[in-house]
Amino acid sequence: MHRERWKEAGLAALFLSPSIAVFAVFFYYPFEQLVLRGLYRNNIAGDNLRYVGWSQYTDVLGGEEFREGICNSFLFLVYTVPVGLLLGILLAVLANRRLRGIKVFQTIFTSTVATSTAVAGFIFLAVINPTIGVIKSPDLLADPDTAMVGVALASTWQTLGVAFVIVLAGLQAIPPEVEEASQLDGHGALRRFFTVTLPLISPVLLFLLIYLVINAIQAFAIIDALTQPAGGPDGSTETIVFKIFENRTPDRLGAGSVQSVGLFVLSFLVALGQFAILDKRVHYGE
Amino acid sequence: MASETVKKVGWYALLTAVAAVVLLPVYFTFVRAISDPTSIFGGGSLLVPQDVQTDVFSRAWRNANLGGAMGRSLVVTVAITVAQVITSILAAYTFAYLWFPLKRTIFALFMATLLLPLEVTVLPNLATISNWGWKDSYQGLIAPFLATALGTFLIRQSFLGVPSELRDAARLEGWGHWKLLTRLAVPLSRPIIAAFVLLSFLGAYNQYLWPRIITSRPEEWGTAPIAVQSLTSNPENANLIVAGALVVAAPMVVLLILFQRHIVRGLTAGAVKG
Repeated sequence: MHRERWKEAGLAALFLSPSIAVFAVFFYYPFEQLVLRGLYRNNIAGDNLRYVGWSQYTDVLGGEEFREGICNSFLFLVYTVPVGLLLGILLAVLANRRLRGIKVFQTIFTSTVATSTAVAGFIFLAVINPTIGVIKSPDLLADPDTAMVGVALASTWQTLGVAFVIVLAGLQAIPPEVEEASQLDGHGALRRFFTVTLPLISPVLLFLLIYLVINAIQAFAIIDALTQPAGGPDGSTETIVFKIFENRTPDRLGAGSVQSVGLFVLSFLVALGQFAILDKRVHYGE
Repeated sequence: MASETVKKVGWYALLTAVAAVVLLPVYFTFVRAISDPTSIFGGGSLLVPQDVQTDVFSRAWRNANLGGAMGRSLVVTVAITVAQVITSILAAYTFAYLWFPLKRTIFALFMATLLLPLEVTVLPNLATISNWGWKDSYQGLIAPFLATALGTFLIRQSFLGVPSELRDAARLEGWGHWKLLTRLAVPLSRPIIAAFVLLSFLGAYNQYLWPRIITSRPEEWGTAPIAVQSLTSNPENANLIVAGALVVAAPMVVLLILFQRHIVRGLTAGAVKG
């Protein structure tokens, strides 16, 4: 028995090794570099590195820029995640029925997946724009109070296809017998959805939630593409990743590295909490 | 019977309305691409095309050399997708069914790789690729994306949902892990794996930052999104870049239409019975 187990562990090592190799080179190693770089301060020109221990960490993580970036990222998350989750479920449930021609609708709903950030940006500017927009709204992106809403709208439109595909795949994986059995029990459609369907697709919903949260925390490209100047008026759409990316020049690299590590630790704690709560509730078959 | 019909008409009406909301923005983008930008911004709207320039797509194609760029994008994207699907399925099976020490810790270390985006790790990664002499090469464009914890997580969840009776039955038949993986777990997870293929493919195709940063000769090594950005954006030509973006998105839409059916049940039911 014991030997069987270790044989299994050997197979596990074999199966995991390709992923681990890629992560080691392109994630763990760069992360180590960021942690180490944070221990060194530089002069204004970006050279003359000297070791300062963790003092740069306390300065930068306690600083205004880091707090602002995290707050903006959090705001973006609040604007995009619940709406994205809800729209994904609604669309998928709507399109998951046996009707002639339903595949055409499913394809149309998925099509937003195909749009790159740049296209999503053009589309957004085409629809909501004070001069040429179909909705001649005041320019959301020009006002510091609403710029984040504008960016979040574009991002939600962009992730809609992904949310739809994921939830639809989950719905499609439910064996038809399960729903038929519940139908025979005489439950109404709404009750059936909450007591049968929702628990069965909870694994994909957890995945979608994590996908959307990661997408929100990492938001960069859509903000860079839409805002003029990049980062929005008064820096109102400068998320933490945006700030870190701006801090990649030699003179700001120390602060940028510390912010990266800070973002990582913070996301890790949030993810750990999320996972501890949600993974237990998720229904994985038997 | 009559109420059945009414219900059906209602569903179609609703589906059509939602489809219109999803498609209209694409239509506006199309109008913007084919309209003379100076007339649009001179007080037009995007509902009707104005001073149509039919040659805008071919001009974008030539000016940005989109053919070459899309070819390169295709190579990079197919390589990344195939690699991600294989590495993710193997890792997912391991986390779902195999025993090994420190499983929870190693799983957490996998998930940790999702927490920082490329924008954050890009400088050390660029240094690595430069040291290996992989700038301006397919290896350089592909290597960092050969594995992803997102796929591992999604497919693992689907594997965990495989009914345990089926697994027990397969074990009684004397199936080893490889057979369990290829004959049971993967076929039963087909819609989820198909959804992941789609996500992976589109993610790789639309990449912007990494290809931009590791190509010093974009005309030779730029991928499709880089080529689109190279289209001039002076006011008289503002629609060129929009047209370019649409041309680049077109193969994705075709792929989507071809691929949609894998996410939908029909085929899976057959796979389970067979």
